[in-house]
Amino acid sequence: MATTVIGARETRPARFWAATNGKKVVMAITGAILFLFVIGHMLGNLQVFEGPDKLNAYGRFLRIVPEILWTVRIVLLASVILHIWAAVQLAARKIQARPVGYAKHENVVSDYASRTMYWSGPILLAFVIFHLLHLTAGVIHPGGEFVEGDVYHNVVAGFQVWYVSAWYIFSMILLGFHIRHGAWSMFQSVGINHPRYTPILKKAAAVLAVVIVLGYISIPISVLLGLVK
Amino acid sequence: MELNARIPSGPIQDKWDKARFEMKLVNPANKRKHSIIVVGSGLAGGSAAASLGELGYNVKCFCFQDSPRRAHSIAAQGGINAAKNYQNDGDSVYRLFYDTVKGGDFRAREANVYRLAQVSVNIIDQCVAQGVPFAREYGGALANRSFGGAQVSRTFYARGQTGQQLLLGAYQALERQVQAGTVQMFPRTEMLDLIVIDGHARGIVTRNLVTGDIDTHLADAVILGSGGYGNVFYLSTNAKGSNATAVWRAHKRGALFANPCFTQIHPTCIPVSGDYQSKLTLMSESLRNDGRIWVPKKKGDKRPPDQIPEDERDYYLERKYPSFGNLVPRDVASRNAKHVCDEGRGVGQTGLGVYLDFSDAIRRLGRKTIEDRYGNLFEMYERITDEDPYKVPMRIYPAIHYTMGGLWVDYYLMSTIPGLFVIGEANFSDHGANRLGASALMQGLSDGYFIVPYTVGDYLATNKLEKVNESHPEARNAVACVQQTVQKLLSIKGKRTVDSFHRQLGKIVWDYCGMSRTAEGLETAIAQIRELRDEFWENVNVPGSADDLNQSLEKAARVADFFELAELMCIDARERNESAGGHFREEYQTPDGEAQRDDENYAYVAAWEYRGYGNYPTLQKEPLEFEYVHPSQRSYK
Amino acid sequence: MRVRLKIWRQKSPNTRGQFVSYPVDNVNPDMSMLECLDVLNEQLTENGEEPVAFEHDCREGICGSCGFMINGIAHGPLPATTVCQLTMRHFKDGEELLLEPWRARAFPLIKDLIVDRRAFDRIIASGGYISVSTGSAPDGNTLPVPKEAADRAMDAAACIGCGACVAACPNASSSLFTGAKIAHLGTLPQGKPEKDRRAIRMVTQMNLEGFGGCTNIGECTGVCPKEIPLEVIAAMNRDYLRGNWHARDNVVTTIRPFTEWSYGSKLQIDEQSQS
Repeated sequence: MATTVIGARETRPARFWAATNGKKVVMAITGAILFLFVIGHMLGNLQVFEGPDKLNAYGRFLRIVPEILWTVRIVLLASVILHIWAAVQLAARKIQARPVGYAKHENVVSDYASRTMYWSGPILLAFVIFHLLHLTAGVIHPGGEFVEGDVYHNVVAGFQVWYVSAWYIFSMILLGFHIRHGAWSMFQSVGINHPRYTPILKKAAAVLAVVIVLGYISIPISVLLGLVK
Repeated sequence: MELNARIPSGPIQDKWDKARFEMKLVNPANKRKHSIIVVGSGLAGGSAAASLGELGYNVKCFCFQDSPRRAHSIAAQGGINAAKNYQNDGDSVYRLFYDTVKGGDFRAREANVYRLAQVSVNIIDQCVAQGVPFAREYGGALANRSFGGAQVSRTFYARGQTGQQLLLGAYQALERQVQAGTVQMFPRTEMLDLIVIDGHARGIVTRNLVTGDIDTHLADAVILGSGGYGNVFYLSTNAKGSNATAVWRAHKRGALFANPCFTQIHPTCIPVSGDYQSKLTLMSESLRNDGRIWVPKKKGDKRPPDQIPEDERDYYLERKYPSFGNLVPRDVASRNAKHVCDEGRGVGQTGLGVYLDFSDAIRRLGRKTIEDRYGNLFEMYERITDEDPYKVPMRIYPAIHYTMGGLWVDYYLMSTIPGLFVIGEANFSDHGANRLGASALMQGLSDGYFIVPYTVGDYLATNKLEKVNESHPEARNAVACVQQTVQKLLSIKGKRTVDSFHRQLGKIVWDYCGMSRTAEGLETAIAQIRELRDEFWENVNVPGSADDLNQSLEKAARVADFFELAELMCIDARERNESAGGHFREEYQTPDGEAQRDDENYAYVAAWEYRGYGNYPTLQKEPLEFEYVHPSQRSYK
Repeated sequence: MRVRLKIWRQKSPNTRGQFVSYPVDNVNPDMSMLECLDVLNEQLTENGEEPVAFEHDCREGICGSCGFMINGIAHGPLPATTVCQLTMRHFKDGEELLLEPWRARAFPLIKDLIVDRRAFDRIIASGGYISVSTGSAPDGNTLPVPKEAADRAMDAAACIGCGACVAACPNASSSLFTGAKIAHLGTLPQGKPEKDRRAIRMVTQMNLEGFGGCTNIGECTGVCPKEIPLEVIAAMNRDYLRGNWHARDNVVTTIRPFTEWSYGSKLQIDEQSQS
């Protein structure tokens, strides 16, 4: 009575991807890549406090070998696409999995950050697009001319516009929430959980999230306060 | 009808080997051509269905719950006995056999009990291999504890959830066969009649509890593992759904019912708190290892326990039974609790309770140790009663827990209807008049894993069964009977709810056929039960319809059977003019109030034959012979 | 005390359901939530109305039959407690309680507060066992099991299969249930030989059943009556990942999900063999 179904001939990676667990592994790995980028990017950005020469030199340094730059960019782009693709599919599954919702539903133990990943994600995507257009491509640049190569100028001029800074700060706080959950959750998704170490990991994720948020928003705040001009 | 237990000849140690050798085998290629019905998916039914499926038979397994994993075996807390002698404390198959026969107050069949003890060791091996997470020593070996007054440590356990873990083991084995296609599982399907064709059990009639469909299922053999009938009492430690309908309908079709009056009262349950109460919660017997049982010496002493000084407390079990103390067997502990409460020394608001006090143990061993041993039980107690047992002594009272009686079976676990096998609590065979702690799980699994798979094969190999189909008059007749009962119940539309009848029935049986019984009381009970039964059939209100999920209808059909079974229990109790184990007749006691057996006249199994609705049943006797364990007065002093 | 019960009433899967409000007077604080429903049902029956259908059996928190949402929380406000052991003293006099069934596509509603949880059975059937046939077991002490492993396995094995994890999960995921069985069997040495196969099969079946995916939120453990830790989901993810890495063939056997209750057709086993 066993019936052999010959349908779409999926390969093993395809089935792995089809399973929600597989998607979460992909999200964990791509999330880890993006997380490392976020840290590196922040450390680079903080050089703004060391003056225009230093920051512009750093900008030039990144572009010395275009092959490396583009490799990094492609990896990051692929990560973003996979991360989002998996998230969209999981979100669709979530909607399908509960066609009739609850009249009332209370949360018992989960934190705000974990429940808002589906919201913080898309807003961050919007931010990243704006951010690239703003400071990488220079297509949208309120607050003055975009000067190719003069990173320092572009940053300061951009952040002097209050709503640009406000949007940036808001997005970075969301990034903080996203990392607050994502930085420990990616270990869970690939199967690492230990009653002794996971609580430490969760605390570390919270601390890192705060550090990253403070690190990033220190720049627009300093610009607005006139500490960096 | 002549009862033939078909006990193999020869020394007791060799009987099972001999029987197995003499059994005819079914050709492996022919096994899948045989279909077998298993009713019930607990330890007995689940393990039998899984094992038969593994052997290659075509099995259909039925349970009324939404999943086979919910069978009430799951609630057993304490553990499972096995004569492994891992603790080097002198245990052996023979000792387990001896303890069980003695514990059963010499009313069990020796050959069956010996086989149970033999097979017990295989059960542990099987369950370990299945992944049952038994408690372990640091070295990785299996841990044991002593349980229910046994003098050796032979109880294997998985925290306080041994029954759950064993059941999940059987359930997983069953689901494996479901996936393999050898077992077809029918959850939410209740057996409502047995189909007997040419004297052989050939199928069952079921009601689908979701759609209301009445279906016929035919097979070459039917196995009942549908559990006990403790819910006759309404309040018991059984699950709300536990019922006797499958065995009772089989009884009405000709299977003899053995020792119905042998019911077990468990001494440590949380007392009843109000008339809304729907069931009683058991606190594991292991609590008696460290807790001390007492009541005030003075009648009606309503002071809180901590204000009753030591010399005004009566540790009555320790006083009366110095060598066993608080660890006396269940029947003795229960009877004594009732006795002190009858004297007006009971505690709690209702006066129906005794203290189980851990303050000495906490002082001696420290709170930490007590927490490790009983933490989850203490939490459960507090959740239910809102009292902290670390500070205030627990209050406990006996409650109906297990029924030793059941359908009569021979050594091969076959009832008086050829082809109808009965296993686990549903049969009567192994526990006599009283069951020892940690033995129920052992019996259910031994019947299901290691006995019935052989004996059913023998039956199939030695009986040539004609092919039958659903249009056979007997099958049609059974379906019509079921339909008639369902329609009748729905059409009465009286004034009283099913539960109100059940509650009243339970009270009658508890009062007159509970912990102690008298001939006069039993007469009263029989009259009252008959009267109530007649009222039930005129005045019950079953709302809803027959063609969808209707829980009131399910209950009503079960309660209707409980009425008839309750009457048979009382008849059996009145007929047995002696006290034995859980059956305590006040007229028959020793001068110091212990059960007084009458081996000369009552060393038999009372097997009752159904004689039609309202007619007095016929008693058949299977004499019990004790070649190995000589009957003696049980003494725990 | 008195309470008002606002209960989801739905006659059958295909009819419309709605909340109906019932006052219950004479509630004893010592009674359980289910006993309170018993009292209500007696009233309803006496008034000629149909009683509320709700699932229950052992009433001591172990069979896993009972369960519904009380004011938006699976099994109600008391941690580690099923509704059968939840006493009314945990509610305020005069309080209104909203009783709603588990809601998930994989748990189709049958009637009132009763849902169909056979998806869980199918997940177990797909691989939630150790393949050892009766009689083939070695002596129980042949294989030493470290006490720690036994304890951890027991923590996971305590699952009662009630479905509260699915009900509470914002994704309606059954990862805690599936993970608990994978962790229970995978932690024990007996379960190691078929660890890979078990994880792949159970996870594939779980995904087939229409549950959502786990996003590590943790609501499931918060409502779990047996407090199964989130660690078991990590164990599942780990075994699944490793199983996929180790697997040499592409065959996964699954059971085709079904929702009908009339048993005209037999179970469909699908063997998806892939190139």
